[in-house]
Amino acid sequence: MTDTITSMSVSAALKSPESAARLKARYRAEMRFRFYGRAAIGIAAGILIFLLSSIVYNSIPAFTQNFVGLDIELAQDKIDPNFSNDTEIIASADWQGLIKASLRREFPEVNARADKRELYDLVSSGGGDWVRDFVLDNPQSIGSVVRISVPTSDDIDLLIKGLIDRTLPESDRLVSNKELVWLDHYTAQGRVHTQFAWTLFTSGDSREPEMAGLSGAFIGSLLTILVTLAVSFPIGVMAAIYLEELAPKNRITSIIEVNINNLAAVPSIVFGLLGLAVFISFFQLPRSAPLVGGLVLSLMTLPTIIIATRASLASIPPSIREAALGIGASRLQVIFHHVLPLAMPGILTGTIIGLAQAAGETAPLLMIGMMAFIVDTPTDITSKATVLPAQIYMWANNPERAFLPKTSAAIVVLLLFLLTVNATAIYFRKKFEKRW
Amino acid sequence: MSLTFLSVSILVLGAYSFIFGRRRVRHLSARVDVKQHSLDGYHGAFVMACVVLPAFSFAVLWSGFAPLIINDWLREFIAAGSGALTNAEINVLVSKAKALHAGVINARFVGPDTVEAADYFAGLLEMSSYLRATGAIALALAGFYFSQKLIAPRFAARQRVEKIAIWVMIGASAFAILTTIGIIFSLIFETYMFFQQVPVLDFLFGLHWSPQIAIREDQAANPGEFGAIPLFAGTLLITFIAMLVAVPVGLMAAVYLSEYATHRLRNFAKPTIEVLAGIPTVVYGFFAALVVAPLLRNSGADIGLTLSSESALAAGIVMGTMLIPFISSLSDDVINAVPQSLRDGASALGATKSETIKQVVLPAALPGIVSAILLAISRAIGETMIVVMAAGIAANLTANPFESVTTVTVQIVVLLIGDQEFDSAKTLAAFALGLVLFFITLILNVVALRIVNKYREQYD
Repeated sequence: MTDTITSMSVSAALKSPESAARLKARYRAEMRFRFYGRAAIGIAAGILIFLLSSIVYNSIPAFTQNFVGLDIELAQDKIDPNFSNDTEIIASADWQGLIKASLRREFPEVNARADKRELYDLVSSGGGDWVRDFVLDNPQSIGSVVRISVPTSDDIDLLIKGLIDRTLPESDRLVSNKELVWLDHYTAQGRVHTQFAWTLFTSGDSREPEMAGLSGAFIGSLLTILVTLAVSFPIGVMAAIYLEELAPKNRITSIIEVNINNLAAVPSIVFGLLGLAVFISFFQLPRSAPLVGGLVLSLMTLPTIIIATRASLASIPPSIREAALGIGASRLQVIFHHVLPLAMPGILTGTIIGLAQAAGETAPLLMIGMMAFIVDTPTDITSKATVLPAQIYMWANNPERAFLPKTSAAIVVLLLFLLTVNATAIYFRKKFEKRW
Repeated sequence: MSLTFLSVSILVLGAYSFIFGRRRVRHLSARVDVKQHSLDGYHGAFVMACVVLPAFSFAVLWSGFAPLIINDWLREFIAAGSGALTNAEINVLVSKAKALHAGVINARFVGPDTVEAADYFAGLLEMSSYLRATGAIALALAGFYFSQKLIAPRFAARQRVEKIAIWVMIGASAFAILTTIGIIFSLIFETYMFFQQVPVLDFLFGLHWSPQIAIREDQAANPGEFGAIPLFAGTLLITFIAMLVAVPVGLMAAVYLSEYATHRLRNFAKPTIEVLAGIPTVVYGFFAALVVAPLLRNSGADIGLTLSSESALAAGIVMGTMLIPFISSLSDDVINAVPQSLRDGASALGATKSETIKQVVLPAALPGIVSAILLAISRAIGETMIVVMAAGIAANLTANPFESVTTVTVQIVVLLIGDQEFDSAKTLAAFALGLVLFFITLILNVVALRIVNKYREQYD
């Protein structure tokens, strides 16, 4: 009896307006919850898009560079007074002086010292290199007046690109009214033109934004990664093989395992402190060198490679091992002839991902001095060098306005580099992946 | 002989000895009528290992330790040469002599003593590389001589080679332990030196941080204050802001992707979120300092708030963004590990999907989620580039997210960039901070892994 009453009252309660309201509220809560979920994904994707687009947008101006064609008098007595035709003598001529002379001839009315200095600021202080290269390529041009394109200075460059507003009052603008007049003189004659900024890829670092490039940092990054690969790959793979396939399960191996997992979570800057105290202070290795940077990064990458290799080895089915053992292979023959080759795609993928992480790492390298201002391209692993992320850090700290697009462009280059590397890893995995 | 050339020579010797060992055993077997124990290649590999391994280890160890001894001798030479000098003066002379030898400075700008010291240094270097080459080649030859004598048809070369290979692999595994020992010892040693100069309690509980110490003796002596509480507080503030961003977004994204999303959305959204994890931290730092911070300051100014240009808020928000994929992928794993039967049970009782998630799935996954959050906190505490670029340097003790604060990692970078002297409290303080950082992250990781392991056992 009581049962019927209860079930009757329950069904009555379910039909009551209060119940309907409760149900509605519950469904509303359900919809809200779903909305939060969608919003979370939207926020994450939105931030990613905002981050990438703001960097790409900021970087666009850095991929072009403005040049102005100057009529330069390549006087024999200024370049090669003794007719030696020796490239070294020609190369060491005062090219910047020729540019200045050309500017003075173009604007004879400029006399005051301060004005002259401002006039010279129209073109890059490294513009002489372009004149030099032109003359070295065309030695017959010595003695004539030639129109040579030299890069404008960074502020003029920004002005032409519209990043400096010429309608602002003079005191608020980096370019003076006089400079505007001079520039317009050249523009009116069609002597100012825009080119793709090869400088960004071909030259080393510089204090002048219009002369600064990434080639030194790129080579430094490559050398550092090479050292990292050479140290961490063999050691990591051997350690992983031992721990996964051979090690007896005892206290010591379990300590090593826990230790590797913990090392993977140690903040990168602590590895930098280690590198500073051990490699530089104790072992007296050279500062700022790809050798030390590579060693520090290999210590960081080692746990990643070990963990990836172990996972890859563990995914090889035991039947393969048993079959090999069954026909008389020794334990090491099983590993080196059968398991390791089959696990190689997975190991390589893990290694590439670890190296990509290392290539984007900055903090530990700051500790060992890999953020020095280095103009020359490093030649070997003990010469002073910087790496791409450290170069980005240095440019980002540079107060010159023109370094903002440069930094963004450097980030675009770094991200494209990492994208290529990671895409290679994914390609490897897709191509060689086997499902057992 | 340069190390590269020496290594190549050793490798050439190794290749030769491999071929030699193989030939030798084939030759010996042909003459006697016994069954050969191991394949030819193992004999070759045995001789090669005996040639390459000792010689190569010797060369590497020598290159590591010889510079230490040479440095000591150079110091003694300089100290003996020019009367009473303080340690600092000797250091200067040592680096001058080295710079002269490297050709960085010109002989005209240093005294004759330094030129002499540089010559002495060059002599030592030359002798060292000569000894290294001689020693390595001698070891290689000795290895060759003794190993080739062992080669015989019944010699168990395979077993020997495998034993050597296993020992090499054990050595590689020990490398990980060596790294940890290296970290702990270098940090503890420098920290100990630091606490000789600054009391431990002043460091851990002091409220003022201004590590400016007189570099030269004639500068106005300011003892420098090393109270690290403002740094800890700043680190916690930024970490807290980061968690406010990362935990709700990461967790909700994981819940939606694993419980609601269609296959297509999941295949698209999961990699997209994980791209955030692949972006280098220096890029986040740039984004925080030059995009987010000005944006926040301008929008703050619009509603009448004054934000510092290096506000904790900008650094925290961007750091939170960096940690979203971290939290979402870890939580995704634990949510997927909750057995389907629990969800089915809740549905059978009439719960809506969100009620099932809130009251059944999330509580069941809670330990895993907590450990994911702990791991993310440990990441946030140790993260360097974002705060170096977007947070401040001045040590303010404040809980106001609009003001500028500094963190442990920022101070490590600030203290160590530029010239370091390993006897000044300023440099050593960085190592003390590093030790604190190491232990806090270690404890967080150990606790997180414990929680995960305990939780896994429940459902397996």
